[in-house]
Amino acid sequence: MALPQAKQTATDERLATLNMPDAGCTRKAREAALARVCEMGLPGRRDEYWKYTQPDTLVSADAPFAALFHNDEPPMFDEFDRLKIVFIDGVFSPEDSDELAMDGVSIDRLEDICCKDIHWAKELYGVLEANGQNPVQRPLAALNTAFASDGVAIHVTGKPAKPISLIYRHASETSDAILHHVVRVESGAEVTILENGPAASRFNKCMEIDIADGGTLHHIRAQGRDHQRRAATHMFTRMGTESVYKSFTLTVNGVLTRNEQVVELTGDDAVAHVAGACVGDGEFHHDDTVFVTHDAVNCESRQVFKKVLRNGATGVFQGKILVKEGAQKTDGYQISQSLLLDEDSQFLAKPELEIYADDVACSHGSTSGAIDETALFYLRSRGVSVREATNMLTLAFLAEAVQEVEDEALAEVIVTRLQDWLARRR
Amino acid sequence: MLDIKNLHVKLEEEDKQILKGVDLTVEAGKVHAIMGPNGSGKSTLSYVLSGRDGYEVTDGTATLNGEDLLEMEPEERAAAGVFLAFQYPVEIPGVGNMTFLRTAVNAQRKARGQDELSAADFLKEVRAKAKALKIDADMLKRPVNVGFSGGEKKRNEILQMAMLEPKMCILDETDSGLDVDAMKLVSEGVNALRDEGRGFLVITHYQRLLDHIKPDVVHIMADGRIVKSGGPELALEVEHNGYADILAEVN
Ligand SMILES: Nc1ncnc2c1ncn2[C@@H]1O[C@H](COP(=O)(O)OP(=O)(O)OP(=O)(O)O)[C@@H](O)[C@H]1O
Ligand SMILES: [Mg+2]
Repeated sequence: MALPQAKQTATDERLATLNMPDAGCTRKAREAALARVCEMGLPGRRDEYWKYTQPDTLVSADAPFAALFHNDEPPMFDEFDRLKIVFIDGVFSPEDSDELAMDGVSIDRLEDICCKDIHWAKELYGVLEANGQNPVQRPLAALNTAFASDGVAIHVTGKPAKPISLIYRHASETSDAILHHVVRVESGAEVTILENGPAASRFNKCMEIDIADGGTLHHIRAQGRDHQRRAATHMFTRMGTESVYKSFTLTVNGVLTRNEQVVELTGDDAVAHVAGACVGDGEFHHDDTVFVTHDAVNCESRQVFKKVLRNGATGVFQGKILVKEGAQKTDGYQISQSLLLDEDSQFLAKPELEIYADDVACSHGSTSGAIDETALFYLRSRGVSVREATNMLTLAFLAEAVQEVEDEALAEVIVTRLQDWLARRR
Repeated sequence: MLDIKNLHVKLEEEDKQILKGVDLTVEAGKVHAIMGPNGSGKSTLSYVLSGRDGYEVTDGTATLNGEDLLEMEPEERAAAGVFLAFQYPVEIPGVGNMTFLRTAVNAQRKARGQDELSAADFLKEVRAKAKALKIDADMLKRPVNVGFSGGEKKRNEILQMAMLEPKMCILDETDSGLDVDAMKLVSEGVNALRDEGRGFLVITHYQRLLDHIKPDVVHIMADGRIVKSGGPELALEVEHNGYADILAEVN
């Protein structure tokens, strides 16, 4: 079927700016992904899945200008001992990175994989993304698979002593980065992956994660604070029996962020938690789009998303739990909440449940509200200033999401960043 | 110390007059009790004194040691020495009781130009005061009032009062929901704070509390006014005969 004219034009214009890199063993996957892009077309304003977020600037031929963010705060996770992998405007920087070697894990650059005919990542690259196109299309992820210019393949076979830290620096005001990572966590292996930084003026990131039986992945991400940066990210996660996936995203600032998480629980007794806390001012637009599929017995999934919005900021949540036939004893939970610090800000939510099994416990809730006046008065009546009381209640609101971070030290730096944000503006 | 003159208050949202000319003076070092039928305006008075939104003062004044309370923000009143033990203490999920207490204590110290209490000193003080009120360590760690029983919430109010050492303590039905032993603990907590420089306004329905916290003056509030004041014997009269006789007498 032919695409609508506007979509066709937008897609053609975007594709004209991109070159498929030397693909090696990823070539087939890239070509198939390009075919998907051509068939689906890139997202447009009229697409149902983009009802609340305008994709124009994520799709346009060139990346919009984004000023660099300067301040004297140290970058996130700086104080942690970790294996650093640095990308500047989407290009791997060997000088800034650590040696890509550590016990329990092997790490290869996408570029190196592309020179090879055989590599484990071939079984994963573009595969989960292609799976994740059903039942909802995610053309920006397919675009990523086709044209990603850099990225890493992380193969976790043991329990590395340090987190693997993907650091994305932003150096050019018009940079346009497409990164694609693949991660395989082997049976019984366990790793923490950190991501932080704005990456580029416009960032398209895709990560495909395959967690084998009994594997565990902790994923903690802090998206860059550059006010004008834009990002569209996709995380595709496939989970085996008794595997564990815990993902938390902190977003502070950024004019446009669309984070899609696609989680498929394919083995029994798996546990997936995806959480996020975001705080935004003014032109800030933040969209969490989550799709969790239960396709096995006795799995648990939790989605916890909290947004604090002020000065006209917009928050979006589209979250779905799909329980397939036979996925009995599913325990699915989803909560999305926004705290609106003024009347100009807005929260748009579309929570969905679709259940084809009869023995399941699923719940979802979505709320949007202002600071609780009674609680505020109670704190003030004890001598706490309006401002400090508001900050305390705001952090309390975010706490349920931050609690999803198991590592206490990491949770603490996240809280500190949120406190900084609260202190910085208004 | 606390001087309330001809205080008239209506609801902001509705055209409903609740306080219709309250006159009341609480001297430093004294305990005044207010009794009165449900809905007579006792809690409203306590909220207006502590600065809650939603009320409009249409006439009259309220001062603390000569300072105009009605002009101040709630936190300024707290710093000036006003404390209200709420009839219904508020639950605040996500805010730890300890964090809340320390923030409050330090905010008030700061407002008064004092140094913040060190973490160690604060902890020592909280522990000692909590112990006297039989508040266990677990309750201190939990979020403010969340999941506390009715009596635990009231004891937590008194703990806050003990930590903040206010000049003017207003207790709104702190006895309701307390068992006999807790009533004794709470009363001891209050009595320990009684001194020359501190005034108390104790709102209650029952003589029982006043057996423990001996009032100097008892007031009867009805329909937004103090209609009668007297000594401790007035509370006993209410206990035995209810309000009918008193109300008939003033009308
Ligand atoms: N926000 C409000 N909206 C509507 N009515 C109110 C509000 N606040 C107080 N009132 C009314 O004002 C009157 C006085 O209430 P208040 O709570 O002060 O009484 P009280 O003397 O403390 O009663 P109780 O002994 O039952 O605690 C009541 O009729 C109450 O319904
Ligand atoms: Mg009352």
